[in-house]
Amino acid sequence: MRVELLYFAQLREQAGREREPVDTDAATLAELYAEIAARHGFDLPRERLRVAVGDAFCDWSQPLCAGDEVALIPPVSGG
Amino acid sequence: MNPRCAIVDEAIDADALRRLVGGDAAGAYVAFEGRVRDHHQGRSVTGLDYQAHRTLAERELATILAELHERFAIVDAACQHRVGALGVGEVAVVCAVAAAHREAAFAACRHLIDEVKRRVPIWKREHYPDAGARWIHD
Repeated sequence: MRVELLYFAQLREQAGREREPVDTDAATLAELYAEIAARHGFDLPRERLRVAVGDAFCDWSQPLCAGDEVALIPPVSGG
Repeated sequence: MNPRCAIVDEAIDADALRRLVGGDAAGAYVAFEGRVRDHHQGRSVTGLDYQAHRTLAERELATILAELHERFAIVDAACQHRVGALGVGEVAVVCAVAAAHREAAFAACRHLIDEVKRRVPIWKREHYPDAGARWIHD
């Protein structure tokens, strides 16, 4: 299925892009991250990230759906 | 854009936020301004870039404000966070709280900035005098 990935901060630098469409067989958000991290050489482990689909934070165990806009959220540093 | 929970690209108008949040029922107004400082963990810092997942950040700010109203006896509250390239001394974030009494205003404002820093999807990249830069993901 096709989903859209959004990258921020260090992940955006390592991916070399802000966003990209991805074709994947991943069943869950966690599986998707494993795939994407390997592809782009992300060195942040999943345990240190949060994930959002659309404008809501989600569990990594959430099933992936076609058309999902998945944002990988590294440890934040606002304020 | 709801000015009470907004990610902005230009300098934050703190006076406008004070007027927005204040009201006749508020005897107390407390504001926090987070500014870019010139050092971090012993290193000189020459500036910061802030980046946000804007829609998620505004949604999370709104959630934090709703929780603030549940937890503290306040009249109104707002938080605006700026993104983009900021120099030393510039204001990155303003948290503003109005309450009938000062105890709730101080406590709620402290809690508001603490929650913003803990949860909102915003990131900063520090710039150093040697032209190096680093995203902060501590």
